[in-house]
Amino acid sequence: MIHEALRREPLAGTVDVVVIGAGHAGLAMSRCLSQRSIDHVILERGEVANSWRHERWDSLRLLTPNWQSRLPDYGYTGPDRDGYMTMPEVVAFIEQYAKVIDAPVRTGTTVTSVAPTDRGYRVVTDKGQWRCRVVVAASGANSIPSVPTLGAAVPKSVQTLTAKDYRHPGQLDDRGVLIVGASATGLQLADEISRSGRLVTLAVGEHIRMPRVYRGMDIQWWLDALGILDERYDKVDDIARARALPSPQLVGTSQRETLDLNALRQRGVEMVGRLVGVDAGKVQFSGSLRSHCAMADLKLRRLLDRGDIWAKRCRKSTLPPPQRYAATHVEDSPRLQLDLARNRIGSVIWATGFRPDYTWLHVPVFDRMGRLRHDGGIVDAPGLYVLGLNFLRRRKSSFIHGAEDDVRDLSFHLATYLRRQRASRPWPQRAEEFAEDESATAPARYHQSQCVM
Amino acid sequence: MNQTATAIKVDNGVNVEALLGAREALTATPEAARFKWRATCSWVNGTHSKSTVQSFFGLGAEQTHKTEFRYDADHPEIFASEDKGATPVEYVLVGLASCLTAGIAAVAQNRGIQLHSVKATLEAGMDIQGILGIDADVRNGFDGIKVTFDIDADASKDDIAALVAQSQKRSAVFDIVTNPTNVAVEIR
Repeated sequence: MIHEALRREPLAGTVDVVVIGAGHAGLAMSRCLSQRSIDHVILERGEVANSWRHERWDSLRLLTPNWQSRLPDYGYTGPDRDGYMTMPEVVAFIEQYAKVIDAPVRTGTTVTSVAPTDRGYRVVTDKGQWRCRVVVAASGANSIPSVPTLGAAVPKSVQTLTAKDYRHPGQLDDRGVLIVGASATGLQLADEISRSGRLVTLAVGEHIRMPRVYRGMDIQWWLDALGILDERYDKVDDIARARALPSPQLVGTSQRETLDLNALRQRGVEMVGRLVGVDAGKVQFSGSLRSHCAMADLKLRRLLDRGDIWAKRCRKSTLPPPQRYAATHVEDSPRLQLDLARNRIGSVIWATGFRPDYTWLHVPVFDRMGRLRHDGGIVDAPGLYVLGLNFLRRRKSSFIHGAEDDVRDLSFHLATYLRRQRASRPWPQRAEEFAEDESATAPARYHQSQCVM
Repeated sequence: MNQTATAIKVDNGVNVEALLGAREALTATPEAARFKWRATCSWVNGTHSKSTVQSFFGLGAEQTHKTEFRYDADHPEIFASEDKGATPVEYVLVGLASCLTAGIAAVAQNRGIQLHSVKATLEAGMDIQGILGIDADVRNGFDGIKVTFDIDADASKDDIAALVAQSQKRSAVFDIVTNPTNVAVEIR
């Protein structure tokens, strides 16, 4: 019965907390747990900062300036405070953090299953299994590219890539490229690929327009100063909507350039509406481009108005004067259909967002849309937490600097939970008791093997 | 902003509480959110037809309008018709205009904005070489629709622009007109 399962996957250890993922969020949590003297281990499928190493395109830089890059008891100390880290710099930054805080990371350890037991969770990995009271899922929000179902209808003669597969324009043949999605990702890819000499068509739905620098200050400075980044998940009108918002159209460059649809248009990128259909090699776009651009322009204007009012009230007289940006130019009749073959489109790139991967999480904590049920990171199962998702507890939650406040809140909750559990349900003294304990609530297949005995 | 104080004064004749209540209830019971809209149309003579609208399905049950609504459709005399009603394409404009206008009223009520007047003027271009089969490259339908709103409300220009933008975002007919829809036409 259960002993057999335990033999199959040797016991790697017993620990109070298993943190899954050694990215910035998992490490930040580790720092808080260490400070509270909570026994824990971080299980990492690859290396520290794995997604930043292996799942981003080559030219990507952080969307946040260096001065904003900070983690609990750690931060950027270099000379270029207004710059934006390249991916190797991000990896070095996070790697250094893991060393500084002496994080108990087990690299090359892939979690294949987390299932509840009587006293906590059984965490199965490809290097043995762990038993623990608490699991913190810090495995990232951007694991699986979200490609709309109609993507399957794109003909095989066209190369399709997701933002996770894309590295550089050299992966594409020299024909035209259709990029779907106008978040930071879609715009950056459209910019880079059009600079490589390829014709680019960009399908634009709902989007968030922002200048890189406003009145001499980085837009992130404004979002921070206005309290927007600190807005809490339980204080916004519609949290489901806030969590689903695309990332603002930003790029981190040494010239601190603004990348918007007008800039792309000047470079020859053709803007079309949201992709709404694929039929017999023809792609259809929504007639709502003008509406989406007008909405984004309006929201930008409101953000800047809010900033100006704040600056005036706080007497920020050293700031350069306010300015407003030209409305997004939309052609009189944007294209509604694109014949992929006739227009020599060789590649379609889906920059349509990501979702987290919880295929390993065997705990009934998902809503009917497949989303994790949680209250600001406190998952709807005792002793289970999640980190790093969009707007988890605050608007900044998914940013590197957003981890700090979240892990302080959640580690406090976690410590309280752990204290109660330790008192009411101490770990058994003998290994056999563990087995009995786990068989009581283990998944069905264990019960089945028990019946065979 | 004192939203509760303004909400009491503002009256656009929209029961926002009921709408928000419905949104909450339907989030819990998504099956009840599945509606079916219906119309019938009978040919009269020439290009003249009479359409009716009365029953629909929603909230898990058959529903009915208070009365049966009737609409005459025809084509103008320059099409050698008798002009006994609006043309079908004009009904499309009516649908779009009334949907956006209803949305503006609802959003304004929810945001505590008092409306005094809302008027939409619509114009849609069409090259009838398409429907006449003169040029296969010309589509049958509109080559574009222009909607112009004149709105008098107790709100700033940007707040009014935000109302109009939000009503497009939540409009069924705006979606129907701007995005493809599968249409199955069968014979009984």
